[in-house]
Amino acid sequence: MNRLVSGCMAAALIWSLPLTVHAATLDIGIYGEPASLDAARVTGAVYDNDVLGDLFEGLVTLAPDGDYQPGVATDWSVSDDGLTWTFNLRDDARWSDGKPVTADDFVLAFQRALDPKVASIYANLLYPLKNAAAINRGEANIDTLGVQAEGDHRLHVELHQPTAYLPTLMAHIIASPVPSHLVREYGNDWTRLEHIATNGAFMPRRWVSHDHIETVKNPHFHDADSVTLEGVNYYLVEDLNTGLSRFRSGDLDVMRDFDASRYQWLKDNLGNAVHLHNQLSTYYYALNNREGHPTSDVRVREALNLALRRDIIVEKVLQGAANATSALVPDGVAHYDVQTMPGVDGDITARMNKARALLKDAGYGPEHPLDLRLRFNSRDDHRRIAVAAAAMWKPLGINIEMVNAEANVHYAEIARGDFDIARASWVADFDDASNFLGILASDNTKNYGGYHSDKFDSLLTQAAAQPDPDQRQQLLEQAERQALGDYAMAPIYADAARNLVNPDMTGWEDNAINRHLSRWISLNP
Amino acid sequence: MLSYIAKRLAMAIPTLLIVITASFFLMRVAPGGPFDGERQLPPEIEANLMAAYHLDEPLPMQYLRYMGNLLQGDFGPSFKYKDFSVTDLIAQGFPVSLELGGLAIALALLLGIPMGVMAALKRNTTVDYLLMGTALGGIAVPNFVIAPLMALFFGVMLGWLPVGGWNGGALPNLVLPVVALAIQQIAYIARMMRASMIEVLGSHFIRTARAKGLNERQVIWRHALRPAMLPVLSYLGPAIAGIITGSVVIEQIFGLPGIGRYFVQGALNRDYTLVMGTVVFYGILIVLMNLIVDLLYSLFDPQIRYDD
Repeated sequence: MNRLVSGCMAAALIWSLPLTVHAATLDIGIYGEPASLDAARVTGAVYDNDVLGDLFEGLVTLAPDGDYQPGVATDWSVSDDGLTWTFNLRDDARWSDGKPVTADDFVLAFQRALDPKVASIYANLLYPLKNAAAINRGEANIDTLGVQAEGDHRLHVELHQPTAYLPTLMAHIIASPVPSHLVREYGNDWTRLEHIATNGAFMPRRWVSHDHIETVKNPHFHDADSVTLEGVNYYLVEDLNTGLSRFRSGDLDVMRDFDASRYQWLKDNLGNAVHLHNQLSTYYYALNNREGHPTSDVRVREALNLALRRDIIVEKVLQGAANATSALVPDGVAHYDVQTMPGVDGDITARMNKARALLKDAGYGPEHPLDLRLRFNSRDDHRRIAVAAAAMWKPLGINIEMVNAEANVHYAEIARGDFDIARASWVADFDDASNFLGILASDNTKNYGGYHSDKFDSLLTQAAAQPDPDQRQQLLEQAERQALGDYAMAPIYADAARNLVNPDMTGWEDNAINRHLSRWISLNP
Repeated sequence: MLSYIAKRLAMAIPTLLIVITASFFLMRVAPGGPFDGERQLPPEIEANLMAAYHLDEPLPMQYLRYMGNLLQGDFGPSFKYKDFSVTDLIAQGFPVSLELGGLAIALALLLGIPMGVMAALKRNTTVDYLLMGTALGGIAVPNFVIAPLMALFFGVMLGWLPVGGWNGGALPNLVLPVVALAIQQIAYIARMMRASMIEVLGSHFIRTARAKGLNERQVIWRHALRPAMLPVLSYLGPAIAGIITGSVVIEQIFGLPGIGRYFVQGALNRDYTLVMGTVVFYGILIVLMNLIVDLLYSLFDPQIRYDD
């Protein structure tokens, strides 16, 4: 019997060992799996950025605080007309198979991302490049793309109009290089683990789909000496409660999200492991501006915005785990000042009175109540916010019909314009206000509400062609004021990035684009 | 026997054909598409994607293309997991689900049958009430409640077992999911076994066996157990197929890379080829499991023979 007991204890001890011993391998819980290790074939979600950001390094890369800094490029310059950029590449950049990273690798990467046959979801991010859009539409030859290698270590990028934020774009994973020697040999199969080479701080060793991706340090990485981790494992954890349990048991060093409604409990129980900070993301209700919808009337849109008590939604529904906003472009965007929607910050009684008057003016009242259809994708927090918003609109005599559907159905329906009010959100691809404002441009497919303003479109076009950053900022801010004055949509809150981070870790800095390269991180013993 | 098996397999072909065809078209009429998402795609990019996956072709053409590929054993590429073919994903997920489900069923049989027999033998005593009460609890409490509680207690509070992850199928990682998955099955099997044992114990041949002077142990083990197992056996066929492919809740909670998750994630993402692949695979598995169970009948019930 004694033997049995000691045997059981030994077994329990062995089982518990991996939970307590901390190797210099970082374990990150990600809530989705990258669609591919090929940057041209991913969707650009947080988890794509996490994994591919560690495996590949673009011309520009990110510092721990989210600032842009030279990556494979050592420096860059732009021509006076703002149309040609020249990047000088470092000569010690190597792929994990030891081959040098050359300008050609970037040329091929950009060409592939725009090749209609590769069907890259993020191709449009490279549209500032000359002929990019035409190539992606199949209307121009891929060789006409505005990118040329000059020798192995210099890259020229030609644009069709000045794009001041090009360096930030070059830090996006879509602008990662590809090992051209492998792509030419294996085609799309170059990412298979038996072939792949990466130029980032880590290289993949194993990928069990729906379980984990295992990477090890890339010894050929140009800054390998300062990388302290032996490797990074990314575990797919779709269920946030499971993620929390795994983090609490020491199984994960980082969990890339947590349930906002548990924020207070987490703060009380996990202390400084709970990280919550602004990120470049806006949660909003799209209002259907199209004819035939009551929300096509600006007075109705203004009334809806006036009656929304954003602070209450954030405090009561989201437990303070976000920041209320009436602006589309959130706080923290570079070269940009936050704008506000006119009238929505005043006293609530006055706002409600004005809202009632506006609705009456628009022909709605007890005799003719306003019935609106609000669509949201099925998730608890979306439902709670929708219920709260409907309750805030109820005193105005507005009846809300709530329709919820799974995400794919929801977005298909709202893209067809089948709604009056629809939940949506926007997370920045790169740190520039145009990335947010673009979703209200008349010709943008993400303009769910069908907002159309010639003035707004023209300001965006002028801003795009404006090389001077200050003037560009003014134009963009003016454009947003125009859209907010038109009550084009109903922004609700600027979302926060939520992370659980092992307090024994160094090198993690909260940043607005919520990207954290593992090369900067160290695990203290 | 062989010709019976051949006949059953031949009969399975039209069944599978109907399942595949119905699933193919039902998937396509479901609202929302594989590329609908928070980031609405520019039209030219959506067109490129549709062309890359032949979704721009007329539906009958897509169906014929799919069937043609299927006949060659090609389930096609996954729309969502682009570095894997559907065959890769099934090959990776099935062993996980098989191990998980197999162990859970084994545990369920190992505990459920003795529990049922014991309850039947001690009918209407405290032992019976206790065992059946526990079984009722097992049925009543869903595994999505039990599993996180077990993870919290054994993983977070006591730190004895990992709260999730597969870790290549290491024993510590298996304990909680297998137990969570087995609890309901233990309960079902115990109740089924009890009912059937009571019925068998009341039958004439048991009375005859007792009359011949056999002791109670011989009566139970040699005569009553096998016929009493028949209902459990017929339950096992679909249960095994279901538990292997449908342990999605447990796979989700413990973050295990099994096939059940592909099924649900595939459906949510409108990953047509992945859903079709798992449906076909699931169909084949059910057909095979039912056949195996039918064949096992002859071992347990001498009245059943599959003669040529």
